[in-house]
Amino acid sequence: MAKYLISVLADGTEMDTPEIEAAIDVFNEQLQANGNWVFAGGLGMPSMATVIDGREGEAVLTDGPFAETKEFAAGFWMIEAPHLDDALRLAAQGSKHCNRRVEVRPVQEA
Amino acid sequence: MTDVDNVIVRVHHEEWARVVATLARRFGDLDVAEEMASEAFAIAVERWPVDGVPPNPGAWLITTAHRKGIDRFRREARRQEMHQEVMKLSDTPEPIGAIEDDRLRLVFTCCHPALAMEARVALTLRMVGGLTAAEIAHAFLVTEAAMSQRILRAKSKIKVAKIPYLVPSREDLPTRVTGVLAVLYLIFNEGYLATDPEKQAVRNDLTAEAIRLTRLVRDLMPTDGEVAGLLALMLLTESRRTARLSASDELVALDEQDRSAWDRELIAEGHDLVRTRLASGQAPGRYQILAAINAVHTDASDFQGTDWWQIIALYDHLLLLDPSPIVRLNRTIAVAEVDGPEVALAEIEELPLGDYHAFHATRALLLRRLDRNEEARAAYDRAIELAGNAAERAYLIRRRDELVGRGID
Repeated sequence: MAKYLISVLADGTEMDTPEIEAAIDVFNEQLQANGNWVFAGGLGMPSMATVIDGREGEAVLTDGPFAETKEFAAGFWMIEAPHLDDALRLAAQGSKHCNRRVEVRPVQEA
Repeated sequence: MTDVDNVIVRVHHEEWARVVATLARRFGDLDVAEEMASEAFAIAVERWPVDGVPPNPGAWLITTAHRKGIDRFRREARRQEMHQEVMKLSDTPEPIGAIEDDRLRLVFTCCHPALAMEARVALTLRMVGGLTAAEIAHAFLVTEAAMSQRILRAKSKIKVAKIPYLVPSREDLPTRVTGVLAVLYLIFNEGYLATDPEKQAVRNDLTAEAIRLTRLVRDLMPTDGEVAGLLALMLLTESRRTARLSASDELVALDEQDRSAWDRELIAEGHDLVRTRLASGQAPGRYQILAAINAVHTDASDFQGTDWWQIIALYDHLLLLDPSPIVRLNRTIAVAEVDGPEVALAEIEELPLGDYHAFHATRALLLRRLDRNEEARAAYDRAIELAGNAAERAYLIRRRDELVGRGID
């Protein structure tokens, strides 16, 4: 099995309706029932981010995201699937359930 | 070339995909498979002139490449478990069916929709077609380094993202077959009508390669109607190749082509495929309809004798599947023959194809037939400006310049 990160893309204009939230719950339950679930979460807005540089001496903190982008990850699923075809199929379902575009990236095994 | 050289070239054509495909499954790595296949062929080039060609060249190549692969893994296997993995890989021949499936797996992996289209094309030509990165680079006018990089990147995405080495599941199969055919058709079209003005107008190497690959896919999926349709379409298009280009490298339009120069053998094979598909009674897809349109053209002894009603009926059928403005545009050529240029012109005027050279070329043709010469000339100018292919541009320039001296309305 391989792990994939499915990022939910948003531009900050869409709002999650109760219907969408319910649909996401259904999808989460499906992932868990079929053994694809690793973990998932919704993220705070990029403006809530703090960048930390701890490479030298005392950590330097900066308010805001590391890069200002029009689109950003609003949430994610970490899933487990045998190969990309299955991950893409799940991502397509996820996109439908959360009503947003998603991006699939393989997690490189250590 | 000596006889053995000829044999090696033929075996390379026939066996390359099989060797790569079998090794890719055994080692689970396209990169290793490609490299070991290359090594096995290099050894064949060295050994066969001395030792003679083995009785079963394909099996010899697979065995040789497999041993090279094992040697390589042994050298590289630093960790014990990896060594054990290698030990599990068997050297016993599989039943023929399994090997056929391997080539199909290879085709589907190389044409995977998660890869960029240009990567799919490059990978298919390299892994299935056996062309070198240098040959592919030459065909697409990029540097060899850039092409190698493109192939490397595609292989590494297959590995890291775990694009599976599988024939797609039943539910995905129709879409995925369509994806494979799109790659093959793109290779063919790039050869048939190069879009880059710097390149040769027609590159036979690419059309021949596309036909060879499509034949292979047809062998692997003999019951798929669209695969047969695409092969027929390519054969019927290819049959007109010599007639389509003048001695001065100018495109020759269908109505001016010397039909005696058409390749009768390719036409017969293409017609046969179209007939078989019609007899199947299954609803045809896009490629089958396009093949049928070409069959009607190649069936006529001259342009006037074309069954234009049949062509219009086929385009109407195609519009149900693909209601695109380009299909509408192509249909008007037949409409002009049946209902006259005025009706045809009215049908295309509203099409949103202002940036497409063929739209302006078709308008020019119709306007000229209506003696609206000044408008025709302007349409030719626009078509010439937009045309990417040198032969096509030469044709359009000649047609435009013929209008000089004709009465301006």
